[in-house]
Amino acid sequence: MKVLVAVKRVVDYNVKIRVKADGTGVDTGNVKFTMNPFDETAVEEAVRLKEAGKATEIVVVSMGPQQAQDTIRTALAMGADRGILVGSDTELQPLAVAKLLKAIVAKEQPALIIVGKQAIDDDSNQTGQMLAALLGWPQGTFASKLAIDGERAEVTREIDGGLETIALALPAVVTVDLRLNEPRYASLPNIMKAKKKPIDALTPSDLGVDVTPRLITLKVEEPSRRKAGVKVANVAELVSKLKNEAKVI
Amino acid sequence: MSVLVIAEHDNAVLKTATLNTVSAARQLGGDIHVLVAGHNARPVADAAAKIDGVAKVLFADDAIYEHDLAEPLSLLITAVGKGYQAILSPATAGGKNVMPRVAALLDVAQVSDICAIVSPDTFVRPIYAGNALATVQSKDALKVITVRATSFEAAKAEGGQASVEAIAAGENPGRATFVGQQISKSERPELTAAQIIVSGGRGMGSLENFKLLETLADKLGGAVGATRAAVDAGFVPNDLQIGQTGKIVAPELYIAVAISGAIQHLAGMKDSKIIVAINKDEEAPIFQVADYGLVADLFQALPELATELSK
Ligand SMILES: Cc1cc2nc3c(=O)[nH]c(=O)nc-3n(C[C@H](O)[C@H](O)[C@H](O)COP(=O)(O)OP(=O)(O)OC[C@H]3O[C@@H](n4cnc5c(N)ncnc54)[C@H](O)[C@@H]3O)c2cc1C
Ligand SMILES: Cc1cc2nc3c(=O)[nH]c(=O)nc-3n(C[C@H](O)[C@H](O)[C@H](O)COP(=O)(O)OP(=O)(O)OC[C@H]3O[C@@H](n4cnc5c(N)ncnc54)[C@H](O)[C@@H]3O)c2cc1C
Repeated sequence: MKVLVAVKRVVDYNVKIRVKADGTGVDTGNVKFTMNPFDETAVEEAVRLKEAGKATEIVVVSMGPQQAQDTIRTALAMGADRGILVGSDTELQPLAVAKLLKAIVAKEQPALIIVGKQAIDDDSNQTGQMLAALLGWPQGTFASKLAIDGERAEVTREIDGGLETIALALPAVVTVDLRLNEPRYASLPNIMKAKKKPIDALTPSDLGVDVTPRLITLKVEEPSRRKAGVKVANVAELVSKLKNEAKVI
Repeated sequence: MSVLVIAEHDNAVLKTATLNTVSAARQLGGDIHVLVAGHNARPVADAAAKIDGVAKVLFADDAIYEHDLAEPLSLLITAVGKGYQAILSPATAGGKNVMPRVAALLDVAQVSDICAIVSPDTFVRPIYAGNALATVQSKDALKVITVRATSFEAAKAEGGQASVEAIAAGENPGRATFVGQQISKSERPELTAAQIIVSGGRGMGSLENFKLLETLADKLGGAVGATRAAVDAGFVPNDLQIGQTGKIVAPELYIAVAISGAIQHLAGMKDSKIIVAINKDEEAPIFQVADYGLVADLFQALPELATELSK
């Protein structure tokens, strides 16, 4: 079984982002970029499937600027076999990413696609579902457990009321939550080995996909900040404030 | 202009997030229709018909819609929704699961988790865990949108007199099947609709210690929430997680106990009206957003709080 994993290069989750003064976006100059945390989970799951003898090959795909190659290398160091970089300097929105992935699926014919449930920059939570729709495949979103049994994937999903388990006939798309696994750190030898693994470079036009954005960002601004309030000395003062000042209890 | 709202429900009860979504639909203008797709879900369709401002309820009652499977549901919404200017769903787990699928089938973008409507084609949505707000304009003729419930008032649940029109079920591709579920049962209010939330972090230390929070929540008639770290540690189930990648809440009162205040957690609760923080570390970032901060050990503060509230 071939597994395809999509990995996105995002601003590291520890970075305190700043909105540009001219309101055109978020300042991404000189900040640390890493792999979207959910995608690390996706790669880890694919590698575990390979270690368990269920996956035969893992192909990782990233889309975006040339630097997304680093993100692919990280995935290769974790244990993926080869990479595909779809280079683009225009903003790639989820529908465009899904269409590009669909074109790659047509070439690669994977039986399973694993993506993150959301990217922590744009927080869209769309790409996997859109890809599944375009392919006409079943989807298992927000997975916290995945079991592959022959032609079938059983996915335990985190939903608002608790957990739900569904069975998918392969091929299928799975989007993962962080609780699915604990991603490994790549060892130094594996990082060295990853440098020799192949990465194909493609463009959206190679894949025949129109990636023109459908959503135009008119402005980006800072949300209003909460001001820190007061420190109370003890529990009695807290309760009194809540009763008499805030009037919330 | 007419707008289709997708009802969120469990076949028995209409979820309140639907009411907030109807309010958002109202801001777009035009007739509002609500789609109820479920199984033996007549009570839900009847409840939807009573929502103030709803003109018509479309009701698809079939076993294939019992479990919210994205495949049949997205085909139905796509077929029904084609004639509308906008399709709105609450940004719940259900909405997030199905709406991008609908958007892709219609070849339009989806606008995720909107928190304000500027005009019928322009919306505000949080990005980077709510650390920035983007105003985006959709170039598509049909808008597919998920709505952040806490950003819109709930429409009145009573007062409407919409007609309920039964519609035929669509196709079920049948490649996904429901196996089972573990739904947390609780007598406490639903997290996303609660007026008061008592929330605990990793500092709670154990499942047993979370009982201290439950006692407090019950005294206040509130719900219990948690950080991702507390869920990961196995203190509480996943459905209690609040934050960027959990639930978004905005109660009147949010009491954060042994929570450090990471941006990913703040993303889910910083729109609460009053925030109380109880933490033994006076440097904890949570104090920067708290209206009332108490620097104390929870094992001392929580029992005291329970006693004080009983007075
Ligand atoms: C103001 C603004 C300006 C922007 N400018 C740019 C820009 O100039 N250039 C640019 O590239 N982006 C830009 N972006 C980001 C771009 O809009 C988002 O990447 C896009 O909307 C996808 O959303 P998402 O990643 O949140 O999708 P989600 O649906 O949340 O992503 C889910 C999963 O899909 C997969 N995935 C998503 N995107 C990719 C990808 N590119 N490669 C591989 N896998 C992927 C991953 O597995 C990910 O976990 C900008 C965003 C904003 C708000
Ligand atoms: C991609 C991504 C997504 C994430 N999404 C979310 C999300 O949706 N929601 C979320 O919550 N987090 C999320 N996180 C995790 C987040 O970054 C933090 O790790 C998490 O919120 C920390 O939880 P905490 O405050 O419970 O734990 P800690 O940061 O460990 O804080 C524990 C606090 O308890 C205090 N404490 C300890 N003992 C006591 C005591 N006896 N009395 C009083 N105080 C005490 C300590 O002083 C400390 O401040 C995400 C992280 C990533 C990378």
